[in-house]
Amino acid sequence: MSKEERTNADQLHGTLDMLVLKTLAAGPQHGYGIAQRLQHLSEEVLQVEEGSLYPALYRMEQRGWIGSTWGVSDNNRRARFYQLTRSGRRQLDAETSSWRRLTGAVDRILEA
Amino acid sequence: MRLFRVIADRIRGTRDHDRVAGEIADELRHHEDLLTERLIGEGRSRADARKEARRRVGNRAHLQDAGYDVRGGGRLEAFVQDLRYGARRLMSAPAFAFIAVVTLALGIGANTAIFSVAAGILLRPLPYPAADRLAMVWMDNSRINVREDWHSYPNYLDYNTRNTTFDGMAAFNRRYLTLTGSGEPERLTAAHSSANLFDVLGVRPMLGRTYSREEDQAGAMVAVLSHGLWKRRFGASPDIVGRKIVLNGASREVIGVMPDGFGFPSRGTQLWVPSPATKEMRQSRTVIWVQVIGRIKPGVTVAQAQSDLERINADILRAFPNQKGYGIRVEDYREQIVGRIKPALVALVGAVLFVLLIACTNVANLLLARASTREREVALRAALGAGHGRIIRQLLTESVLLGALGGAAGLALGWIGVNAFVAMAPEDLPRLTDIAVDGRVLAFTTTIALLTGLLFGLMPALQMARTDPVHTLKEGGRGATSLGRALRRGLVVIEVALSVVLLVGAGLMIRSLTRMQQLDLGLRTDGVLSARVSLSGDRYREDAACAEFARRLVERAAALPGAESAATIGTVFLSATPNSTNFSIEGRPDFKPEERVEVPVDSITPDYFRVLQVPLRAGRFFDQRDGADAPRVVIINETMARTFWRDENPLGRRIKYGQLSSRGEWMTIVGVVADTRRTGYEADVRPETYLAQSQSPDVGLALLIRTTGEPAAIVPSLRAALQEIDPLVPLESVHPLNDEVVEMTAGRRLNTTLFTVFAAIAAILAAVGTYGVIATSVEQRTRELGVRLALGATGGSIVRMVLVEGLSLVGIGLLLGLFASLAMSGVMARLLYEVRPTDAATLTSIALLTVIVALLASVVPAVRAVRVDPVTALRAE
Repeated sequence: MSKEERTNADQLHGTLDMLVLKTLAAGPQHGYGIAQRLQHLSEEVLQVEEGSLYPALYRMEQRGWIGSTWGVSDNNRRARFYQLTRSGRRQLDAETSSWRRLTGAVDRILEA
Repeated sequence: MRLFRVIADRIRGTRDHDRVAGEIADELRHHEDLLTERLIGEGRSRADARKEARRRVGNRAHLQDAGYDVRGGGRLEAFVQDLRYGARRLMSAPAFAFIAVVTLALGIGANTAIFSVAAGILLRPLPYPAADRLAMVWMDNSRINVREDWHSYPNYLDYNTRNTTFDGMAAFNRRYLTLTGSGEPERLTAAHSSANLFDVLGVRPMLGRTYSREEDQAGAMVAVLSHGLWKRRFGASPDIVGRKIVLNGASREVIGVMPDGFGFPSRGTQLWVPSPATKEMRQSRTVIWVQVIGRIKPGVTVAQAQSDLERINADILRAFPNQKGYGIRVEDYREQIVGRIKPALVALVGAVLFVLLIACTNVANLLLARASTREREVALRAALGAGHGRIIRQLLTESVLLGALGGAAGLALGWIGVNAFVAMAPEDLPRLTDIAVDGRVLAFTTTIALLTGLLFGLMPALQMARTDPVHTLKEGGRGATSLGRALRRGLVVIEVALSVVLLVGAGLMIRSLTRMQQLDLGLRTDGVLSARVSLSGDRYREDAACAEFARRLVERAAALPGAESAATIGTVFLSATPNSTNFSIEGRPDFKPEERVEVPVDSITPDYFRVLQVPLRAGRFFDQRDGADAPRVVIINETMARTFWRDENPLGRRIKYGQLSSRGEWMTIVGVVADTRRTGYEADVRPETYLAQSQSPDVGLALLIRTTGEPAAIVPSLRAALQEIDPLVPLESVHPLNDEVVEMTAGRRLNTTLFTVFAAIAAILAAVGTYGVIATSVEQRTRELGVRLALGATGGSIVRMVLVEGLSLVGIGLLLGLFASLAMSGVMARLLYEVRPTDAATLTSIALLTVIVALLASVVPAVRAVRVDPVTALRAE
């Protein structure tokens, strides 16, 4: 990983976290499912790098925003499911409102 | 709850790393499979899809690590891993590890030992409840310039009854009592005290009771035993209370036993009895015989207590003009006990901290030197994806491991050191028995070992973590960065400066000790045997019996085979407050109260000055003419003659103890002897008078025998002789008189020895450090040196170059160290004896020594530099 990418990745951490939390707000999901859903919801605009997704999941688990359990996936395979915790939900709310404030501000500037 | 789960997870995770790693692998495989299927669905070939999925999931091992941090042992596991790795690294460089551990052990061991001593003496509470409220109350006697003098009994009563700042004040003093009756007669260290001593100290008897106020007033014949005496002499008999024992020939009833560990005023006190109750002692303000300890009221400061007593003292001075010159001084009891040795302890603590700093610097330097060879390894790990944090953590784990090993070895060294200290310490060192390696010391050592590990490891670790992997790997991993080199040089300068400060301190202390040992005490103690003989009981109530006893004793002792001459005196060496009295001179007016001079009172047998080989300056010694009925005679010392008969001949003049009006008899001066330093090295010689034992018999005698051979050899025949004269008189404390002289300098000797040892360790460490830096520098410049040699540089010029490098480093350190020493001269001055902290000879010799050590440390690398073979050096590239 070059230095440049790392910096971008750092900046994106917060956004990715928010999107993952948003995805899980709909219910427990495994890693692949999260990636799929993000891609789908963004109408294929956002391609989630698996290399960033799993570290993000582990990081958020360490922070206590999400929890994980082993379960069985739709196609009857053992998969690790992640679900939102109470503090994860609070985090999602906080990040969402701060994101809205930011994009709102940017919009206003662009439309001025 | 989550925290518990996480911790439990981690501990479990550490145990089964494979399970956690496996689960993560499963999860990633699941993802990969689903992705592969989707890609196939999008029309890719199976192989292609699998490859693409793998690429997208990325470095599985890396993710596994990241996930493991969360789910598995994480940091704990990493720590264990680091520890194992560190241990492996150390084992692969045993020489480095050994030197580092020994260096740290020296630093930590010295600190452990001195901390144990300092903690035992300064920190551990005194064995009395609310001991911080105990204070000694002294008379500040400006007449003889003694700040810790005793009081008269009426003055004590005034202070005790009229103060508003003390819960209570007790009067006490040491005395000796001879126990006879059951077994060998024995002289016991005892104390007499007012009844409230035990209340003031807050200690209750273990058995029976202590004496009452009424018993104290009456001087009742009762006694309280120490736990030790009760066990030793009375077999810990539970029905001791009520029994009669014989002390100084008189019967006393045992009324109580104190608990184990109680010893006041000194550790060895074995008996407590009420104070003597004669009218003169209890009512005269000029008989000074009690010491006073008080318990200050809660919330009252020593200064407030002081001014309270000053107020009472002012009243006393107004009412009794003969008290002029007597002040009052309150001193915190702990300060009283430890104040004397505090400066020395503080200096020692400073010294060992310096040693520890030097040790740390040295190990940091070693690590930095190793850093150059490890840069490749670190760069490789960084390239393989280890983060900065992880690398620093790993390097620090390694240095903390070194610190821990050094700490363990240091603890062992410290334990040995503490025992050596206690063995070497002078007997009168306060609180000697409180010195031990205890939990607090363990905690201290552990803390400094870990802190040390962090301290010396941090700089090299930060330095290395900054390594740019690409650059280093390309460069072939050779050579420390220039920053690293500058750092190492800076560290050597600091090391040298610190060791110079210690060396200067040690040098000054050694000079002080030599000065002191060269000082002539004025009496020859070598070859003289000393023993204590105390007369007590009815048989010695009469002066004549005491005089006769002493006469026969010295006569028999001098005739023993191996004996040359013998004499007695009360005590040869005096405390700061000896038994003394003022005096007046016939034909001159009374001294004004503030001009009165106190002289010690000693009775001697005729040969005393001959035994100790003190020269006679004028007149004669005592002889058989000076019997009990003959005119009373006195011998004075030179200082007394000079002070009071400056231009006159004192021989034939008469003096008497007390004022002109006192009932004392006139005594004719028959001799003047040379001055002797009986109060030790550090006190000025005072005027002294000696009386004849035949005219003023003393009952506590120091028997002195000058022997022709080994002093101890005559002890058996001496015992037999004493047995014949009086079997009930104990012979005690038999020792070469020289021991007392040696004991006088014991504290200083111990201090000097410790300081010298620490300075030597510091100097050796600094030398090793200098050597290390110069050697590495030569090694790293092999190619440069090769080129120089190839270009025709002479061996001499290369040697010079290397030596100059070493000397310039040491030179800067030396200058800094000398400046620091001068800056600290105020601290040192208190520890010195007739040597100034800026003593030029000491500073010069230390500077010279440092330069020589620097040369030695640089000469080996310099010679190695010359041996560089230009061809090999260049080819090595």
